[in-house]
Amino acid sequence: MAKTLGPVKRKFAPWTDPNAVPFIRFENITKRYGDFTAVSNLNLDIYEREFFSLLGPSGCGKTTLMRMLAGFEEPTEGRILLQGHDISGVPPHRRPTNMMFQSYALFPHMSVEKNIAFGLEQDNLSKGEIAARVQEMLKLVKLEDFAKRKPGQLSGGQRQRVALARSLAKRPKVLLLDEPLGALDRKLREETQFELMDIQHTLGLTFLIVTHDQEEAMTVSDRIAVMDKGVIVQVDTPAEIYEAPNSRYVADFIGDINIMEGGIVSKSAEPGQAPVVTLDCDGLPVTVEQECAATTGDRVAFAIRPEKVRITLDQPENTASNAAYGEVWDIGYLGDFSVFLVSLADGRIIRAAQANVSRLVDRPITFGDMVWLTWPKDAGLVLTR
Amino acid sequence: MKSSRFDPVVLTLGFAFLYIPIIILVIYSFNASRLVTVWGGFSLQWYREMWSNQGLMDAAWVTARVAVLSASIGTVLGTMAALALVRYARFPGKTLFSGMIYAPLVMPEVITGLSLLLLFVAVGVDRGFWTVTIAHTTFTMCYVAIVVQSRLLTFDRSLEEAAQDLGCPPVKTFFKITLPLILPAVVAGWMLAFTLSLDDLVIASFTTGPGATTLPIKIYSQVRLGVTPEINAICTILIGLVTIGVVAASLASKRTELRRIRDEHVALRGSS
Repeated sequence: MAKTLGPVKRKFAPWTDPNAVPFIRFENITKRYGDFTAVSNLNLDIYEREFFSLLGPSGCGKTTLMRMLAGFEEPTEGRILLQGHDISGVPPHRRPTNMMFQSYALFPHMSVEKNIAFGLEQDNLSKGEIAARVQEMLKLVKLEDFAKRKPGQLSGGQRQRVALARSLAKRPKVLLLDEPLGALDRKLREETQFELMDIQHTLGLTFLIVTHDQEEAMTVSDRIAVMDKGVIVQVDTPAEIYEAPNSRYVADFIGDINIMEGGIVSKSAEPGQAPVVTLDCDGLPVTVEQECAATTGDRVAFAIRPEKVRITLDQPENTASNAAYGEVWDIGYLGDFSVFLVSLADGRIIRAAQANVSRLVDRPITFGDMVWLTWPKDAGLVLTR
Repeated sequence: MKSSRFDPVVLTLGFAFLYIPIIILVIYSFNASRLVTVWGGFSLQWYREMWSNQGLMDAAWVTARVAVLSASIGTVLGTMAALALVRYARFPGKTLFSGMIYAPLVMPEVITGLSLLLLFVAVGVDRGFWTVTIAHTTFTMCYVAIVVQSRLLTFDRSLEEAAQDLGCPPVKTFFKITLPLILPAVVAGWMLAFTLSLDDLVIASFTTGPGATTLPIKIYSQVRLGVTPEINAICTILIGLVTIGVVAASLASKRTELRRIRDEHVALRGSS
């Protein structure tokens, strides 16, 4: 890519270091259930202290992958290395991983403190040590006043915290979180996301989270692996996943995006200048500043995020390319943003989002208006997959 | 909807049909007359005589021991069978096994009793206390298996996975997590097994031997010689025991339900 991606400063990026040793390594992992292949020849490296997300729709194999790391499933082929050691065949109760279950799986017949102490008791720690660690965990998740309660006497958010405290109590090398915030309402979920990041940072643990919620993955992760039908489509930082998806699938799965199919008309790569690809998207000429592996004549897709499309009533100066003319067909008011659905003459819909920067009651653009949509050369991208 | 006058009538008739025979039996157990069908005033003499009837008391004691023992063994075996049926997704002969566990439920007792008798004769065991106990274990374990199986079907397996994930070996997990949670079903299964063993006549009469006469056999053989008010007395005591058991069980489950509701109230207050 000509332009390296944005100035997202990262001090923590072991995956860019060729000498870094992965903490967890999935090596040619395949998992089959009868005829169904849940995970197909998958390779993945996760580094120490990383907050890593497996993201994908249900049935993509992300939970299977996590359960193989916890030891509840054995891979059909391939092996899993934890700190360089093959952990195949090690039963779950001897693995240095702990898991927070989607259903929380709190023991209903034990009090909160008993739940948290359960893992510690298996290690034959002294009573004093266990009590001290339980107190520490209760403090960490701010549930000191609820130690004697049974899980049935807690709200959803409190149960989630108990589950987190219980899985953290043994200081696992890796904490696995299966849809950890799925059962919480939106507000609580957002708060908890930041708390999770905070706890992960404070304790310096490696977190592996499985989720189908792209916003959650974007917020908490150092890196995200987007999965589809048992394979990883892309592994990257949240910003790269959002701004430089490597395929139609990832682009469409993460956030909102306009995708237009088209063909490559020409490619230019002047020395000293950014390479430019010119496309024809069924009559709509588009130029994109991007390096592209596809050649002239190939069918590709042009993708652009709604917030990168500018919407105006006046005709812009240059309408030769990267400009479309259409009618406002619908407006979605989201509070912070308004999304305009603009219908082109041939019926295609392009979405443009505009930040609602002032509290104007009168908005200049309304239903039925004829508008111009424009975007700069570096706003969209060409997807070959 | 307006309730019709017809409803209470139907209800009364239904209950009368169910309970009048039992009420008559209870009333006549307090009869002073020796004739079962003629009321001769209130008396507790049949209870006293029942108490001093050594044969009846021996039979009651045998029945109690058989019932406790066979219910306990049947509960252990039945619970294990239920675990195998629910937990192991596929093993050779699973369909056959799960079909076979229901078979004794629908099998005529005469056939069960006869086949067990033939088995004991073939093996050459002396019939008596232990053969009755084994026979009762065989048929009560199916009932336990079915009660426990239905509980296990709704059991959240992630609880066991969580325990193992936290370092608890599988067998310990069963005793620390699974068993405490399915205990109400196991206890219910035990009580069912106990009651079934207590009132079984057919299978016991096939498999028993000298010196191990159970109460139902004793009652049945005495009635053939004519109903004495003593029988009424012991039956009244049996009815009393069963009633206490049923009421206690339903009170216990009611209390669990109440506690669950109270927990939820606490949770709602806690979350606000």
